[in-house]
Amino acid sequence: MIRFTNVYMTYPGGSEALKNLNLHIDSGEMIYITGRSGAGKSTLLKLIALIDRATRGQIIVNGQNLERVRHNRIPYFRRQIGFIFQDHRLLYDRTVFDNVSLPLVIAGYRHKEIRKRAQAALDKVGLLNKINNYPMALSSGEQQRVGVARAVVHRPIYLLADEPTGNLDPALSWETMKLFEQFNQVGVTVLIASHDLDMIKRMKKRIITLKKGRLLTHAGTPIKE
Amino acid sequence: MSAEKKTNNRAKKKRELKGLFNMWLLNNAQACIYSLGQYMRQPVNNLLMTAVIGISLALPASFYVLLDNVRSVSAGWDGSLQITLFLQNDISDLDALSFAKQLDADPRIESTNLINRDDALAEYRSLSGFADALDALDENPFPNVIIAHPKITDGSQPEIDLLIVDLEAMPEIDNAQYDSQWIQRLFHLLDIINRVVIILSAMLATAVLLIVGNTIRLAIHNRRSEIEISKLFGGTDAFIQRPFLYSGFWYGVFGGLIAWLLITIALQILDKPVRELANLYGSQFKLSGLGFKNSSILLLIGVFLGLGGSWVSVKRHMRAIEPL
Ligand SMILES: Nc1ncnc2c1ncn2[C@@H]1O[C@H](COP(=O)(O)OP(=O)(O)O)[C@@H](O)[C@H]1O
Ligand SMILES: [Mg+2]
Repeated sequence: MIRFTNVYMTYPGGSEALKNLNLHIDSGEMIYITGRSGAGKSTLLKLIALIDRATRGQIIVNGQNLERVRHNRIPYFRRQIGFIFQDHRLLYDRTVFDNVSLPLVIAGYRHKEIRKRAQAALDKVGLLNKINNYPMALSSGEQQRVGVARAVVHRPIYLLADEPTGNLDPALSWETMKLFEQFNQVGVTVLIASHDLDMIKRMKKRIITLKKGRLLTHAGTPIKE
Repeated sequence: MSAEKKTNNRAKKKRELKGLFNMWLLNNAQACIYSLGQYMRQPVNNLLMTAVIGISLALPASFYVLLDNVRSVSAGWDGSLQITLFLQNDISDLDALSFAKQLDADPRIESTNLINRDDALAEYRSLSGFADALDALDENPFPNVIIAHPKITDGSQPEIDLLIVDLEAMPEIDNAQYDSQWIQRLFHLLDIINRVVIILSAMLATAVLLIVGNTIRLAIHNRRSEIEISKLFGGTDAFIQRPFLYSGFWYGVFGGLIAWLLITIALQILDKPVRELANLYGSQFKLSGLGFKNSSILLLIGVFLGLGGSWVSVKRHMRAIEPL
């Protein structure tokens, strides 16, 4: 469960990225956050992951009031989250296996367990045969799927994806969305920031729209612009 | 029942702590090996870096070795710090002998050596070539002489001056001469050199700190994206810092080893000529090397500086990196 109550976010530069945001996301939901560039989509995700802290208002994630999460507890808080980015953000001097196993290494899993889980995650995204390759040797779509495998390998409660299909062609984008749906079906709460409206609509999930930092549509209401 | 529960809880807590400790150990071992792997991955760059560190460590260390050797040579010269005591002419040979024994008992005097006036005359006669002139004298012109070796604590001048004043006040003594001032000067010079070496060591240690710090800063910069991703996926500061600290550790270890190697080679090169020179002086002197203790200290200093430099760098530059 994620709940935003009267959340404001003003960056040090003075730009107001979020204004009086109220939002409730149930556990196990799959939700799209849409809106123009600069509307505040990334900011919303960053606040959930405690990459930034809200200027005002209350955010509750998995029962935890984020205001009360102390700086040195942030790493442990983040271990319940998986991230996916538009630009993949893989480590290009490491193999696919090393990239995918990073969250497990961080969480202190044993080597055998790491291998097993990383293989399972790569199998899930259909890249088990590329396990020893370097990311550079993969296509953009494959790199994105390595990113997805890395985001789910430690079995997070939340999956946050910021424009995950921005660099992919429609067919690959659709596949990626379907992949997210599979994770959602096994209980992961999925938040996807995207401006690819056509595809989003076809997914038939809840959509919220941000405009200049304000929530435009109410929960559950399909978007109409 | 509840007591049983308590012990159960305690056992559980103990197990958990043990598990945490094992994990910590495992994490450290991993980071240690990993950073060694990183080190080996760029052998040329890292070897150059390590060579700079090694030379910076080797310079002051070799000065210390040199100083150590000079000290061990000059320690033998303490014995030549001697006071020549010319006794009054009216002191008989027998009285001179007992007086020498009396001086021996003085805690400030290590040993004495009586030179009998007749012996002195005989020696002078045979060595000087003035035998005829001496024969012309009807009396032995030499007094009895006692050579006193003062006990040296640190070769300090005032102590010896005081001793001389005391000695000259004795009625048996006509005159006390102390002519080893050059040794005093040498000791003072050694003291100055010692301080110069300390200052130099401090400067070069700072250089090593800065070199390691800068290298780690660059490494942090180069692996910025890795740090960001690690933080994003819940890596603690300790986890993320560890490989950088260990690479500082390896710089220190390898830098220390290179320093040790340089000094050992230099001593090998100097060994033969020094021994030959010593032979000319009829001495068995041989250059002494670092030895086990000093080698360990050198290595420890290397590790300390490597870890210190990386620690400072990590503290300064790691915090600035936040995800996104
Ligand atoms: N780190 C930042 N510092 C200052 N302003 C920022 C920062 N990140 C985003 N902003 C501003 O906040 C607003 C919302 O940005 P963002 O959340 O990235 O929008 P979106 O992801 O919808 O494109 C924009 O006006 C942007 O310029
Ligand atoms: Mg964005």
